Amino acid sequence: MSMFNNFLVALGLKEQPSTAASAKERLQVVVSHQRRHRHSPDYLPMLEKDILAVIAKYVEIEEDKVDIKFQRGDSISTLEVNVELPAGASMRAKVRKIAETSEDVIKAKTAEKKMKSELFDA
Amino acid sequence: MAKVIVVTSGKGGVGKTTTSAAFAMGLAMKGHKTVVVDFDVGLRNLDLIMGCERRVVFDFINVINGEAKLHQALIKDKRIENLYILPTSQTRDKDALTKEGVEIIINELKKDFDFIVCDSPAGIESGALMALYWADEAVIVTNPEVSSVRDSDRILGILASKSYRAEQGMSAVKEHLLLTRYDPTRVEKGEMLKVDDVLEILSVPLLGVIPESPAVLQASNVGAPVVLNEKSAAGQAYMDAVKRFLGERIPQRFIEAEKRGFFDKLLRRSA
Repeated sequence: MSMFNNFLVALGLKEQPSTAASAKERLQVVVSHQRRHRHSPDYLPMLEKDILAVIAKYVEIEEDKVDIKFQRGDSISTLEVNVELPAGASMRAKVRKIAETSEDVIKAKTAEKKMKSELFDA
Repeated sequence: MAKVIVVTSGKGGVGKTTTSAAFAMGLAMKGHKTVVVDFDVGLRNLDLIMGCERRVVFDFINVINGEAKLHQALIKDKRIENLYILPTSQTRDKDALTKEGVEIIINELKKDFDFIVCDSPAGIESGALMALYWADEAVIVTNPEVSSVRDSDRILGILASKSYRAEQGMSAVKEHLLLTRYDPTRVEKGEMLKVDDVLEILSVPLLGVIPESPAVLQASNVGAPVVLNEKSAAGQAYMDAVKRFLGERIPQRFIEAEKRGFFDKLLRRSA
């Protein structure tokens, strides 16, 4: 298919995919990412780093497998921490509910199912 | 009721000062008493673009520090009635501008002027935050280029969270997009983002499109804001934007490339 496209482009029957189109595509990705973080507090990146360091003390994790989301509500704000543990990771870690206050509910969702299935395998 | 307008962009070099100068002069040409304030402390340039660099005696920071009265620092434009410039200082002291100091000056300017145009420095640091803090409306200057569009989105986020209006839970700062250095010919070739692409990504109402034009550099060379050059496309485009800002209904121009004949197209393709 792509060869056929190249052929058409060479013949001048089809326009080369424009660089402007890739600019638009790339921008849509970065802007949507930026907007997700728009309403999160300034300390979030630091907090993310600290949480990561704590988890790393007990279990081997990859940095990009941690996703932290902050959602601000009227009476309650939630911090959601998703950590994907690699297969064969040390099972000492139990990342669960860390703290709960009236202001903030900190949820830690781990890939528990994955852990359980690994326990079965073991 | 006086209005505070910030001209901002995040990214540097997209035309904030050019826009501040042209926009403020356009507002004054339409009969509104306008002052344009340079917030780029340390990198004073608005005076140069406005052509009054030799008349700067006192500046914004002198007034904040009580070393001069506001009327001593304001420079009256010699070409256009109703237009004043408040230059900034060349001090390297980063904390020269304070929220309280700026508030006092803005409030004093509000008594005398219809529009206060704040020329923001690039970046998202203290100077840029000061420039946008008291804004009622914002002109976001964007080039059809990836880094500029992304930075504009960042600044929009900051306007929505760090301005006085946001902090007080008042109605949001009104946003206007000004797309500058637009080249319809390159857009047609697929080499440059279209107006509609930028609007789709940023979702901010379009105030105007300023075409890439040699008149802009020529204007800054001589310190005469480009709206004074009524024959130039950029000058006309800025004036259109000013009129739209004031509520006039002016159709968008300078978005389409000049039409070419069939043979011309054929020749260009094979070239």
